Amino acid sequence: MSNKKKDNITSKTASIIKATDLPKATQKTHKGLNISEDELLELYESMQLQRRFEERSMQMYQKGKFGGFLHLYIGQEAVSTGSVYALQDDDDMITAYRDHGMALARDVSANECMAELFGKKDGCSKGKGGSMHFFKPEKHFWGGHAIVGAHLPLGAGLAFANKYKENGRIAVCYFGDGAVDQGSLNESFNLAQLWKLPVIYVVENNGYSMGTAVQRHSAGNLHERALAYGMKNGRVNGMDVFSIIEKMSEVAEEVRKTNEPYFLEVVTYRYRGHSMSDPANYRTKDELEEYKKIDPIERLKTYIFSKKVAGEKEIAAIDERVEKVVLESIEFADNSPFPDEEELYKDVYANDDFPYLT
Amino acid sequence: MAQKQFREVIRDAIAEEMERDENVFIMGEEVAEYNGAYKATQGLLDRFGEKRVIDTPISELGFSGLGVGAAMNGLRPIVEFMTFNFAVVGMDQLINNAAKIRHMSGGQVKIPIVFRGPNGSAGQLAATHSVAYESLYGHFPGLITIHPSDPYDAKGLLKAAIRDDNPVIFLESEQMYGMKQEVPDEEYLLPIGKAEVKREGSDVTIVADGKLYHVAKQAAEELSKDGVEVELINPRTIKPFDMETVIKSVKKTNRCVVVNESHPFAGVAAEVGFQIQREAFDYLDAPVQRVTIPDVPAPFSKKLFDAWLPSPKNVIDAVNTVTYRN
Repeated sequence: MSNKKKDNITSKTASIIKATDLPKATQKTHKGLNISEDELLELYESMQLQRRFEERSMQMYQKGKFGGFLHLYIGQEAVSTGSVYALQDDDDMITAYRDHGMALARDVSANECMAELFGKKDGCSKGKGGSMHFFKPEKHFWGGHAIVGAHLPLGAGLAFANKYKENGRIAVCYFGDGAVDQGSLNESFNLAQLWKLPVIYVVENNGYSMGTAVQRHSAGNLHERALAYGMKNGRVNGMDVFSIIEKMSEVAEEVRKTNEPYFLEVVTYRYRGHSMSDPANYRTKDELEEYKKIDPIERLKTYIFSKKVAGEKEIAAIDERVEKVVLESIEFADNSPFPDEEELYKDVYANDDFPYLT
Repeated sequence: MAQKQFREVIRDAIAEEMERDENVFIMGEEVAEYNGAYKATQGLLDRFGEKRVIDTPISELGFSGLGVGAAMNGLRPIVEFMTFNFAVVGMDQLINNAAKIRHMSGGQVKIPIVFRGPNGSAGQLAATHSVAYESLYGHFPGLITIHPSDPYDAKGLLKAAIRDDNPVIFLESEQMYGMKQEVPDEEYLLPIGKAEVKREGSDVTIVADGKLYHVAKQAAEELSKDGVEVELINPRTIKPFDMETVIKSVKKTNRCVVVNESHPFAGVAAEVGFQIQREAFDYLDAPVQRVTIPDVPAPFSKKLFDAWLPSPKNVIDAVNTVTYRN
């Protein structure tokens, strides 16, 4: 019986998108993409920061430093880092609950991010949002949203405001493959295409909606959902930062120019379970190992060595610096006070004197 | 002063605010070319153009969420629902997004948006088109809920709502769009969260909002002929609710009837009744009574509908109960 069950799982997972099914990575070099050598190292540092931050946050979670859900982004760092590189600093970004990597890539400090995880006063949402609700509007980072698909119309709204104000900014709305099945996708796509909104919808297809493989939760190819609306669309390799940079730059330029939306499917992979409580028994060890072979950070490191942009020593120095930033963020979060109890009644309404019922 | 219909003052309030602030715009089903399903937006497209008066698809979740995103990013949207019964389809955007994002972001994101449209029952629309939602929206922290009873209040409160930095649910009783009243020609705003004592009396307090205020008023006039003087309070705003005015009145009259169009369980009337017993228990000469629709969906048949919606007689009966005249 147990063997049969195991076989079932194996046969189900056998059809999961494998590394070999990824769209081909770009063949362009950093020079071909106008990425300077310094920027190459910055890309590496950004991805490494996200990876180390999350590894440490996992440790802190296990040590009981904070509660709630913890959905890790590990494996998907090329998407956040490549996107941020390709966008202007004042383009608007909004994402779902797997938001740590996106915030760090957008230069929300590790200190503010870790303090938010700890539920502390100095967190990027003052300890009121937690892991799934990082916010930093001054960096045009509009959050962390935890109802699957509910922020898709918000993405259209951010773009609507930019078009209304004619400020030249575009909005990028990230979501996971699970969100593709929500009605909000249909409504948002229809409005975005109908009203010609400058928004890029990016689905980070990591293969699983929680524990349900994409073939078991979504009919058809994800990016082709756009076809029904006459919306431009594409698919790109999400394990290769150069591919993301190339595609996002091209798409961003077009969206900015035409005020028309675009739906981009980024094929990527998450190494950890859906959240900390998920041992990810729905996939095989082999599958995970296959993806780790094309790890976005290792891939970039290998490239950097091959082009002699930096050597082991320089990379080790970056790794050390990143580790220090992350460890300091833990100290910072530890030392940051919890919000005062009166904070309960702040930030609910605009009015300071709102009469609450108790 | 000019006589104006409820729908006209809604339109005037929107137009005046759009004139004043270019970040204010309106969208919703049939608000533009059709001139509004209830004609509340008649003429706005001609006056302000298609950039600011926008027809949406029948897509309540999509356009209400789009409005929230636009408000986050610096605009002040007015979103019209053809009826609040349809807003239920997009409720996730109102409750999970509009109401909560300010708090979850630690106050960094403000969402100045008004969701408005017809609320409650109209004649024989059956169960899907007849629900009064003030109790539901009043439940959720982060939202302001306004339920005016006449054109004067509606205009002053809607203008205040559009200028407010909170998400506001502005409920217009569907059967009141044709109601006329004199409203000032010059601009005025009314404070959100302030009740009005519409009629002074010494024998019993009646609290009534929305269109049922008029039912209560009629009951009060009839009771007066019978020697019972009602103090009639119109809360105007459901959240925040001006309990202070109600408590003050109850301490004077020692009796209270709450009249509200929502279902009774966990509704506005339940909350007001609870707070009166907590704040003014020693002043009460009788248990607080409530008059609401019954705990059943709206019926279609005229006879059943008339029995379902509270009438002046229901209010008089409740007053007779609290004054022990039964």
